[in-house]
This record gives sequence, structure tokens and C-alpha cells, in this order.
Amino acid sequence: MLKIEQKANGSELTFALEGRLDTTTAPQLENELRKSLSGVESLIFEFEALEYISSAGLRVLLSSQKQMNKQGEMVIRNVRPEIMEIFDVTGFSDILTIE
Amino acid sequence: MRRDSVLGGMIFNGRISCGKEKHVKELVIGARTENLDQVIAFVDENLEEADCSMKAQMQIDVAVEEIFVNIAQYAYTPAEGEAVIRLDTEKNPGAVTITFIDSGVPFNPLAVAEPDVTLSAKDRKVGGLGIFMVKRSMDDVSYEYADNKNILTIKKNI
Repeated sequence: MLKIEQKANGSELTFALEGRLDTTTAPQLENELRKSLSGVESLIFEFEALEYISSAGLRVLLSSQKQMNKQGEMVIRNVRPEIMEIFDVTGFSDILTIE
Repeated sequence: MRRDSVLGGMIFNGRISCGKEKHVKELVIGARTENLDQVIAFVDENLEEADCSMKAQMQIDVAVEEIFVNIAQYAYTPAEGEAVIRLDTEKNPGAVTITFIDSGVPFNPLAVAEPDVTLSAKDRKVGGLGIFMVKRSMDDVSYEYADNKNILTIKKNI
């Protein structure tokens, strides 16, 4: 229910997500991030095709943000209005960089 | 997809007539996180029939996920048990009421302290965020403990 596509370009890494980031699928993203983040200075999440996020997904974004604060920067792109609403309600729009 | 076992789901379809049109559906399902997709499918199917907006549907899905996963992870641990999910839809004006019933340890999620959503990333914790989102996005949330059951009800005007 979650499709993850990774694209690496030097120290820049893009994760394009498609589908639902929920309790069932969040561990999948967490695993891929754990394997890939070493040496990354710019982490980009492409959310154009992400339809849904719950607190399990927010938890993964928060831990990536904490990690990237130590080693570079993290940006989230093309967030849908329904997901933006969740970022706003939870205060995540203040701690994430959303373009 | 749905099985008549304790760990699968059982669905009751009913229509209660009391002035305005009201639909009641019920899912009885093993309280396990693996069953989340089945629970969400049950809810979405009924929301689509009720002409729910995308935004309200997402908010309701998030609320259902947070509450069901909470029951799955804590209500019966380490044993297993069932959750009953009852969904009422009303028309004119449109509203969805969902009731979650479990027979696990007494727990009032509404009594959990709210997270500070103004902290920086470094100081932020995600604990308590799920129920916080439920309270913020629903029009009404109530909890009672009766007959040895936790009964949590959420209502959303659609």
C-alpha cells in the first residue's frame, strides 16, 4: 500500500512516496531510511502521490528530521492539502521544511 | 477477504428508522494491527456511500487508525481479544458516528496529557499525538467504561 522510490544523486537522496504512510507501512520506510541515510546531506521527500499519513508516518518523518539536522537538510515537496492539514494541526509544518 | 473467525471480521448491516434516515453497520474484528487495512476498508466503504468529502474521509481514517491501533497494541496485551466497531451515518445533516468497544484493560485515552506541538524537532516527541489528532479533527469525542468495556465514540459532521 506504500510504494517507495529512491533516487540518489551524489550526497542528495530523494524518496518518492506513493500511497499510504500508516501503522502498517511506516516500518517499511523506516527500514529503507536506516539503510540509506549514511553520508546523505540533502534528503528530499516527494509527496505528490502520498494520499494519507497517520501518527506512525509522522513519527518516521520526525526521526528523519532529527537525523538530518545533524548531517544536512531535509525537504518535503508537493504536499497534498489533506496532508498539509495534518502537518498544520500537529505543529509539524513548523518543524519540517515544506516546499 | 472477511472471515467468520475470531481474528477475521463479522459484519452486521442494519437500518434503524427513527424520524430521520440512519444506517448502522458493525464490524467485529480481532484487535490486531494486521487487521488495520480491513478496518479502514470497512469504514471507507461506508463513508463513500455517505458522500463524505476527501478531507473528512482522511480525518476519519486517521482517527480510526489511531484508535484501533491503540486497542490492538494495549487493550489485551499479551492476550488477544476483539474490537467492535459500530458505524452510524446520518443524512440531513450529514454526520458519521463511530463507536469502538473493547473488553480489555480500562483506559481513557482522553485523559492522556496533550503533547506540546510548539516544540522544536529536537525536543518533540510523538507520544500522545494520535489521540491529539483525533480530538482536534472530530466534532465530538467521548469515552465511557461500562459493563467491563471501554467505549469510545467519535462523531464527525460531513
